[in-house]
Amino acid sequence: MINTGELLLEVEGLQKSFGERLVLSGIDLQVVKGEVTVILGPSGCGKSTLLRCLNGLEPVQGGRISYHGQDLAGPQVNWREVRQRIGMVFQNYELFSHMTVLDNILLGPLKVQKREPKEARQQAEQLLGRVGLLDRKDAYPRQLSGGQKQRIAIVRALCMNPEIMLFDEVTASLDPEMVREVLDVILGLAEQGMTMIIVTHEMGFAKSVGDRIVFMDQGSICEIAEPQQFFTQPATERAQHFLDIFQY
Amino acid sequence: MQNSGIEVLFEGSNFERLLGGLLVTIEISFVSIVIGTVLGIVMGLLRTLNVKPLQALLRLYLEAFRIIPILVWLYVVHFSFTPLLNIDISGETTSILVFSLWGAAEIGDIVRGALQSMPKHQEESGAALGLSRGQLYRYILIPQAIRRMVPGAINLATRMIKTTSLVVLIGVIEVVKIGQQIIELGVIKAPTASFWVYGFIFILYFAVCFPLSRISRRVERRWQN
Ligand SMILES: Nc1ncnc2c1ncn2[C@@H]1O[C@H](COP(=O)(O)OP(=O)(O)OP(=O)(O)O)[C@@H](O)[C@H]1O
Ligand SMILES: [Mg+2]
Repeated sequence: MINTGELLLEVEGLQKSFGERLVLSGIDLQVVKGEVTVILGPSGCGKSTLLRCLNGLEPVQGGRISYHGQDLAGPQVNWREVRQRIGMVFQNYELFSHMTVLDNILLGPLKVQKREPKEARQQAEQLLGRVGLLDRKDAYPRQLSGGQKQRIAIVRALCMNPEIMLFDEVTASLDPEMVREVLDVILGLAEQGMTMIIVTHEMGFAKSVGDRIVFMDQGSICEIAEPQQFFTQPATERAQHFLDIFQY
Repeated sequence: MQNSGIEVLFEGSNFERLLGGLLVTIEISFVSIVIGTVLGIVMGLLRTLNVKPLQALLRLYLEAFRIIPILVWLYVVHFSFTPLLNIDISGETTSILVFSLWGAAEIGDIVRGALQSMPKHQEESGAALGLSRGQLYRYILIPQAIRRMVPGAINLATRMIKTTSLVVLIGVIEVVKIGQQIIELGVIKAPTASFWVYGFIFILYFAVCFPLSRISRRVERRWQN
């Protein structure tokens, strides 16, 4: 199901540099509603930077990002409004360390979206139940394992009812035995038809969750292919080289 | 009953005088902590700006209080500055001045430390949820900074309370001085007066500082991340 259906996000010629250094050199990418895009690429190729540009955590130097046809690259974009519709989960556990699990999840819905407390709480608890952590709702982040924290970070993003979720190597700093529980949550979201862009180094996961693989190298996209195609016969030599490193 | 000397504490208005002395001690510390905190927050914020000459200056200021004993500061201000500038301020005011400046230096360092050790991703994940700048400060940055600051600030407060015992040396009549006066008068009747009076002062200091250090420990344990 590549590129059929409603276009949600469109990136055109996106350029990003840190000082003199060009880190993203003209990224073109389209994301269709319900599609799961997995971004792969060697370390330092700009995957995180790309995700951060998509929800305005990094200012961009050129190109266009549009979301539902609304241009996001200009200076007068209301990022606060856009961010409510784009959920993001980072690699490092980033729960607010002074708040309980439930307060972490409710901060956005209550303070940003000004939702009705009772209704927001119900949704939070229902989502917590879905990731198997309802009994931890009053715990503080320091009392949780890495895998639990990451599942809660996902719930926190989901509770804003985003239209698209961005995941940046959410299992990279987890102990191996906790990777599974987090990936299962993401797989569950894929089954429900959530639109997602996922950066990962878990090749097996990429293959099973992705509708398509976007392979990046040195700040640009080298190849976009279906997982089956990408993992068996990548079109570019750089992708082949990248895969060789993982399949020794 | 044999005269044990403990009556010296209750003779005349001795008891009230000692408590009054303690009040002077607490007053100097309290006022200094309040002034020092206000100035210190400003200094701490200034130190997080990357302005080189200002950095150096504030750093020097902090070191001046760390290196030079507070007693020397008290002497310098009381016996050199005020006569030199031909102003007449009481020993108590001098004490508050010196302690406030000291507090500002240390609180400034605590604030700077708290702000600089704030992990960047806490702020970013708040921003990613759509929180405004003001909301980020209100719900995330300030609560976390305060949690980092409180133990250090309480520790400073107890150190200040203890250090106020030096102000007797510039003529402030605080609890230790009153104790000495009581002993001088009482020692003829009861040779053990000094034991009771100093013992009582010991307990007074303990009664003030111990709860503070307990609070600090509890807060620390509750907030540790
Ligand atoms: N804040 C920054 N300032 C300067 N350079 C940066 C900054 N953030 C990232 N970079 C540089 O931009 C490049 C892309 O970084 P990015 O984090 O996007 O890579 P990545 O593909 O996510 O890598 P990894 O797989 O290791 O997470 C890197 O060379 C990095 O050094
Ligand atoms: Mg990265």
